[in-house]
Amino acid sequence: MDRLATDCRRLALWPTCMRVDAATLGALVLFGVVAAAQQQAPSPSGLGRAPTQAELRAWDLSIGPEGAELPPGSGTFAQGEVVFMQRGCASCHGPTGTEGPAPVLVGAKPTMSSNYFPIEYWPFAPSIWDYINRAMPYDRPGNLTANEVYAVTAFLLNRNGIIRDGDVMDANSLRNVRMPHRADYKGPSPWTPDTRRGFTIAP
Amino acid sequence: MKSKPPSRRRFLKKGIALAGLAAAPAGLALTAPPANGQTVASGTADLNSIDAVLYGHRSRFVTTVRAIEGMSHPDKMPPRPNPYRPSARTPLGESIGIITPTSLHFTTQHFYGLPDINPTEHKLMLHGLVERPLVFTVDELKRLPPVSRIHFLECVGNRPSPNGKTVADTHGRTGCSEWTGVPLSLLLKEVGLKDGAKWIIAEGSDGGKHEKSIPLSKALDDVLVAYGQNGEPVRPDHGFPLRLIVPGFEGIYNVKWLRRLKVVDQPYLTFQEHSRFLGSNPKTQPDTYDFGPTSVITYPSGTHRLPVHGVYVISGLAWSGGGAVRRVEVSTDGGKTYKEADLSGPVLPKAHTRFVLPWKWEGEEAVLQSRCTDVKGQVQPTEAEFAKYWGLTRPQLYAAIQSQLGHCNWIQPWRVNRDGQVSNGLPPIGFVADMHAG
Repeated sequence: MDRLATDCRRLALWPTCMRVDAATLGALVLFGVVAAAQQQAPSPSGLGRAPTQAELRAWDLSIGPEGAELPPGSGTFAQGEVVFMQRGCASCHGPTGTEGPAPVLVGAKPTMSSNYFPIEYWPFAPSIWDYINRAMPYDRPGNLTANEVYAVTAFLLNRNGIIRDGDVMDANSLRNVRMPHRADYKGPSPWTPDTRRGFTIAP
Repeated sequence: MKSKPPSRRRFLKKGIALAGLAAAPAGLALTAPPANGQTVASGTADLNSIDAVLYGHRSRFVTTVRAIEGMSHPDKMPPRPNPYRPSARTPLGESIGIITPTSLHFTTQHFYGLPDINPTEHKLMLHGLVERPLVFTVDELKRLPPVSRIHFLECVGNRPSPNGKTVADTHGRTGCSEWTGVPLSLLLKEVGLKDGAKWIIAEGSDGGKHEKSIPLSKALDDVLVAYGQNGEPVRPDHGFPLRLIVPGFEGIYNVKWLRRLKVVDQPYLTFQEHSRFLGSNPKTQPDTYDFGPTSVITYPSGTHRLPVHGVYVISGLAWSGGGAVRRVEVSTDGGKTYKEADLSGPVLPKAHTRFVLPWKWEGEEAVLQSRCTDVKGQVQPTEAEFAKYWGLTRPQLYAAIQSQLGHCNWIQPWRVNRDGQVSNGLPPIGFVADMHAG
C-alpha cells in the first residue's frame, strides 16, 4: 500500500500533464488497482475496514529516509527565508536559526550535553521535511503547506552549507541531497528477546 | 456500543435522591466515637459526598502528589504551544506495593499538550507493507481477545543524581500499571505482513504527532495496543483512548494517543531517533531498546527521617527491561557488604518488583543502597563502574544529558545520619544536566 499511496499522491499532479501516452495509461491502470484495494479481502476477524485513499493521503505523514512518500510541491532558499521570518520559525530559533532559544538549527555540533541532534548531522534530508511538516511551528504544528515545508527545508539546508542558493527542493531533489555525515549512519542494531544491553557489570 | 450518555438533568435528579439517602449514615458516622482512640476526621462531608460514593476519594490525610518537573532555564524558555502541560514524576518515596496509582504515575508528553479525544471518533489505522490496510474503531479493538499484563514504564531521563533530594527526584520517571489491550501481533495478523516488513512506525495524535520506530521482532513479541490501565480506560495523560505498550523499552516507544501504525522496511529516523540511532557516542546504540537492571530504595530515602531507634523495613523497587528480577541485594554500609532482600510481591517480567529487608537501626550512621540482578544475569552497576565504561570523569558523567548515556541505571545510595535524617548518599557535584529542564 505504501507504493500505492505514494503514487496516488503523485497522481494529484496528473491533470497538469494529461496526454494520452504511456504514462497516463499507466496511471489509469493504477487507478484500477486503487479501486480494487478498496474491496480487499476481509481480515480474519472481519473487523476493521479498508482506509480510503483520502484517509491514507491525509493521515500518512511518515516520510522515510529515502523520501519515497514526499508529496508534490517545491521551494527555494529565498522563499524559505521569507517563510522562516513570517511563519514564526525565527521567533523561537532566531532570525538566522542560530540565536535560539529553541534548538540551534545552523552550525551546531552534536554534544553529550544536548538531547537535540543538529540537522547537519542527520543522514537523510527527507527526515527534515518530515519533522517540520509534522511538528512545526511549535505553537501551531501542521500549519505549513507542502511548498512552505520545502522552502524552509531548502533554507536550512542552504544555511548549513549543504545546497546552493538557487537549488529548488522538491520530492526528487530533496531525496537526492547528499547529507555530509551520511556515511556515519550505520543503521540500528537488531533486537531479539535475548539481546543483552551494551554493557554489563560482572557480578 | 452507541449507548446514549445519561442527560445531565437526569444525573442531577439521581444525585439529589442519592444525597438524601446518604445524609442519614453520614450523621451516624459523625456521632460514632473512635474505636481505638485514634484521630477521626471531623466533618466527614467530603467522604460521604455523592461524588465520593460515585467515584471514590482517598483520605484527606493522604496528600501525596506528583512532583512537577523543574524548569532550570527560565531565561531561555521558548514560546510554549497552547495547550502546554508540564511533565511530572511519581512520588516513589511514598509508594506501596508494585502498582503505581494512575493519578500518581509519572507523565511526560513530547512538548505538546494533551489532546482531548472523543473515543467514539478515534480510529487506529494499520497500513504500509501489509496485505490489507485496516482502520479500527476503539470499539472494534475491544471485540478482539484482550490480554492484561503488568509492566513498568520508564523515561530514559531517569538517573540517580547527587542533586536529587528525594527518590522522586532521582527515579520518579517510572511507574508500573496493569495494561489491558490487544497484542500488536494479533493486529498484524489481521492486516497480514508483506515480504520486507521489518519495522513498525507508531504515531500519536498529539500536537507534534510523536512518532517512533519499533523493530518488528519486538512488535511480534510482547507489544500491546492498550485501552485499559489499572482497571479503567487509559487516562488522557497516559494516552486515552489508545496507547502502545512496549514492555521494557524506553518510555518514548510507548506512543500515546495512538492513531497510526505503519509497517515499513527500516527505521524512519524520526526526530528523537537521530540522537539515539546515530548518537555522538556509539556506545549508546545497543542501549536504546530495553532498560538494564535497576533498583532503588524507596524507604527510607531522601528527606525521610527515622523517628526512633528500632525495627524498620528497608523497602524498594527493582525492575529490568531484560525480564524478571532474579535477585536484589541490600547494603547498609555503602556497598561494602550486601544481604539478599526478600521479593515480597509478584515477581513479573518487565514489572516493578518490591523488595524488602528487615533492619534494626540503633542510631549509627548508615549508607543504604540496593543492587539488582535480572534473569539474563545482568547486574546493576555502581556510579564508578558506569563512568568507567563510558570513559568519563564524574563531572563529565553528570554534564552529559541522560539520553546520550543510554540508560542511567547505576546504584543510588541514601545516607542515614545519627539523628535518623536521610539524604542523598552520592557526593555533591556542581552541575547535573537534565533533559527535562526548560
